[in-house]
Amino acid sequence: MINYIWFFMIAIGVLVGIINGRMAEISKAIIDSAQTAVTISIGLVGVMALWLGIMKIADKSGLTDIIAKLLKPIIIRLFPDVPKDHPAISAIIMNISANMLGLGNAATPFGIKAMEYLQVLNKKDSASNAMCRFLVINTASIQFIPAVMVGIRASLGSRNPADFVIVSILSTSTAIVVGLILNKYLEKMPIFKE
Amino acid sequence: MIKIISEWIIPIFVFVIPFYGIIKNVKVYELFVDGAKEGISVVVKIFPALVAMLVAIGVLRASGALDLLGKFLMPFTNKIGMPQELVPLALIRPLSGSGALGIATEIMKTHGVDSLIGKMASAMYGSTETTFYVLAVYYGAVGIKKMRHSVISGIFADIVAILSCVFYSRLFF
Repeated sequence: MINYIWFFMIAIGVLVGIINGRMAEISKAIIDSAQTAVTISIGLVGVMALWLGIMKIADKSGLTDIIAKLLKPIIIRLFPDVPKDHPAISAIIMNISANMLGLGNAATPFGIKAMEYLQVLNKKDSASNAMCRFLVINTASIQFIPAVMVGIRASLGSRNPADFVIVSILSTSTAIVVGLILNKYLEKMPIFKE
Repeated sequence: MIKIISEWIIPIFVFVIPFYGIIKNVKVYELFVDGAKEGISVVVKIFPALVAMLVAIGVLRASGALDLLGKFLMPFTNKIGMPQELVPLALIRPLSGSGALGIATEIMKTHGVDSLIGKMASAMYGSTETTFYVLAVYYGAVGIKKMRHSVISGIFADIVAILSCVFYSRLFF
């Protein structure tokens, strides 16, 4: 998919450039863009190192467990069709806590574990309602600090690289709530039956 | 309020987490250094995609194609209050994380990182995940063939995320 998109971005650009007679500008843009990627990446290294260092401390000192404890009552209510003490619940909680801290590498294994446990309850090759709910939460994904974006903004010389975070969190939360409500209606529709 | 939170959020994280670590008696400095090592490898992973996307969007912009797309979609973007400059980002976000990062970067560089458009682009990048990738990885891992309503609600949630991002940005920035 991304292969076609990338190719067509360049193809359309070059075609429109030929029509508009802007080949010199395009040629300059290609070289400049490649160089921009280098300057931005170098600026990004520092912020990423800082953030991953801090997150390593969070991880090893058990901060994720605290968030997990806070999330538990919410998750149990969101997944009434999963037994309260089922390991699926704790895998879902760990996945969401890791995502919140921006620990993407840690979140995915928990997420896959959660899917495996949900599949034990499901036993079919069509997704269960609980799985669909879990994935809506995951595709929206709340993150306290999207570190990569903060790093890129810092690298571009922003005065306050983290000032977009609140808007991100609010938008994601809205999307999760709307997605879950929509799920509730869709899961009962005959065309989406299990 | 929003201004204070956004100024405090990084110092707070950088203080509270090591503080909690000290209480829990973990070796905060050594852990920090160990974690920080991975900083370079993350950037090395992002770098190739950044080159690919910056070049592609650079071609689109220099050719004038981006202006055409913006003009074409103007009646729609005006209606929802979204700057037309953000259209390419909104389109790529659910498909490719690194692609969206590249486009957001280019937008910030062109329009100013602290401009309304620049901040909105950052928030838009942070407001949702790569929906199609998440669906493929998670369902693929357990051999689910019928995704049922997840695809529709995933895409719908993306649209809501982007619209609310525009709304909240207008409110707070």
